[in-house]
Amino acid sequence: MKAPNSIPQVLDVTSIRNQFPILNRRVKEKPLVYLDNAATSQKPRSVIDAISDYYTNYNANIHRGIHTLAEEATMAYEASRHTAQEFIGAAFPEEIIFTRGTTEGINLVAYTWGRQHIIPGDEILISAMEHHSNIVPWQILCEEKDAVLKIIPVNDNGELSMDAYLELLNERTKLVSIVQVSNALGTVNPVKEMISAAHKAGARVLVDGAQSAVHLDIDVQDLDCDFFAFSAHKVYGPTGIGVLYGKKELLDSMPVFQGGGEMIKEVSFEKTTYNDLPYKYEAGTPNIADTIAFKTALDFVKEIGKASIREHENNLLDYATVQLQQIPGLRIIGEAREKVSLVSFVIKDIHPQDIGIILDNMGIAVRTGHHCTQPLMKRFGIPGTVRASFALYNTREEIDMLINGLQKAIKMLL
Amino acid sequence: MNKKSIIETEQEIIDDFSLFDSWEDKYEYIIDLGKKLPLLEDQYKTEENKIKGCQSTVWLVASYRDGKVFFKADSDAVIVKGLVSMLITVLSGHQPDEIITAKLDFIREIGMFTHLAQTRSNGLLAMIKQMKNYAIAYKTIQEIEQKP
Repeated sequence: MKAPNSIPQVLDVTSIRNQFPILNRRVKEKPLVYLDNAATSQKPRSVIDAISDYYTNYNANIHRGIHTLAEEATMAYEASRHTAQEFIGAAFPEEIIFTRGTTEGINLVAYTWGRQHIIPGDEILISAMEHHSNIVPWQILCEEKDAVLKIIPVNDNGELSMDAYLELLNERTKLVSIVQVSNALGTVNPVKEMISAAHKAGARVLVDGAQSAVHLDIDVQDLDCDFFAFSAHKVYGPTGIGVLYGKKELLDSMPVFQGGGEMIKEVSFEKTTYNDLPYKYEAGTPNIADTIAFKTALDFVKEIGKASIREHENNLLDYATVQLQQIPGLRIIGEAREKVSLVSFVIKDIHPQDIGIILDNMGIAVRTGHHCTQPLMKRFGIPGTVRASFALYNTREEIDMLINGLQKAIKMLL
Repeated sequence: MNKKSIIETEQEIIDDFSLFDSWEDKYEYIIDLGKKLPLLEDQYKTEENKIKGCQSTVWLVASYRDGKVFFKADSDAVIVKGLVSMLITVLSGHQPDEIITAKLDFIREIGMFTHLAQTRSNGLLAMIKQMKNYAIAYKTIQEIEQKP
């Protein structure tokens, strides 16, 4: 019998680490300490094997061929869609559109739904903590349609101001596009409340789930979001594959995005008719191998259980936060009440890049810079941060190594 | 006193680096160079002089005297500043032609730039390009002035 998701089990981190071959490698002659999981997570052996297995045993183009290989590839590809559907609680498999990743998902909505619905004077609401991928597509759309981009402000703790949000919502608001978890701060936003308020104002809502999908239980029907986009590579899956979820009736009524093979029903020079969902939005031969391995990644997460993963990651976050606060001159950026296992910080008089370079020489991988959130960095008056982000395979010992590394970096740099 | 050639200065840096046996020593040397590089006056820290990388910023100022190009620079990150200091030591005070043709092999030899130059994390590569661009510009001025 399957254990219910809500009861967290203590993770056997040693056995989990053994499933990630890359964690055995050395960097600069030291054991790799990988704390850049918010940029991309490492891949378990099963995911790597799934890619290799596809190319070794049943590589074929999907949906068209009648031969055995094509049938096997098609079945595996579509099985991935069902697993993704289940992973985010979508009502129908055809609500799952495979994309290259979160960025493409957001752009798809901007170029189709956006061009269909946004008219001059309309308002699109995003927040001050958005990733550039959830800013720029809307800027392009607003410029084209003479619409207005409005920004929900962030407070000093790195939380969205709900009062300001509710004030900003009005009858001109057509879309709220909001990140569920900030990649730069770790903040978990109250998207369910925000969606409900947006719907009352008559606006549609897109949720950027790039950071949240790996940490939180996602149920798009419970959230009632209109669109939800996420990437496989941050959920232990391959790069170059992701999902755009959209409510069926919305996706059905939206214009097509890219034209080509797969997305058509019948083509003539006079008139072409388009395929049904989800193929309508999957023009061309897709990224079959990575889509298949995406399923393996989602199965991996499901088998361990998000509740157990979260429990482990939250412990790491709490431990890291306490340890980091002992370092003189260190300031944590993003102290929201609800956070995922990610901690961003600056150290007085030291540029984040310098810290990143010294840590790299000790085999410790962190992210430094503006994290593709330049407006947010400006809001906090800093050029960037050092960001350590933890995954299910990280340990307290690795956090101790980070702390030692930071102490050494400070000694060298100050 | 004859100023050393670009290649001679490069060789000195390569020799210095061959003495270090740990990464800490190499970085401490670069950090030290960065800290010692004279600060650029605020008036020069303009948008125009900025070479923007993804993470750190470099400001570069050039001047031309007696047929030679002189560089001053600064950065908000100290390791980049140390590397910038090395580039200035090698290239500043030379004739435009020498700067334009400099191969800067020391960059590869000391192995400190590779990571930094290949990522989009800083403006170092852009800085070398900009230094050469200044030399090309001054060479053009030189040629115009030398015309009878």
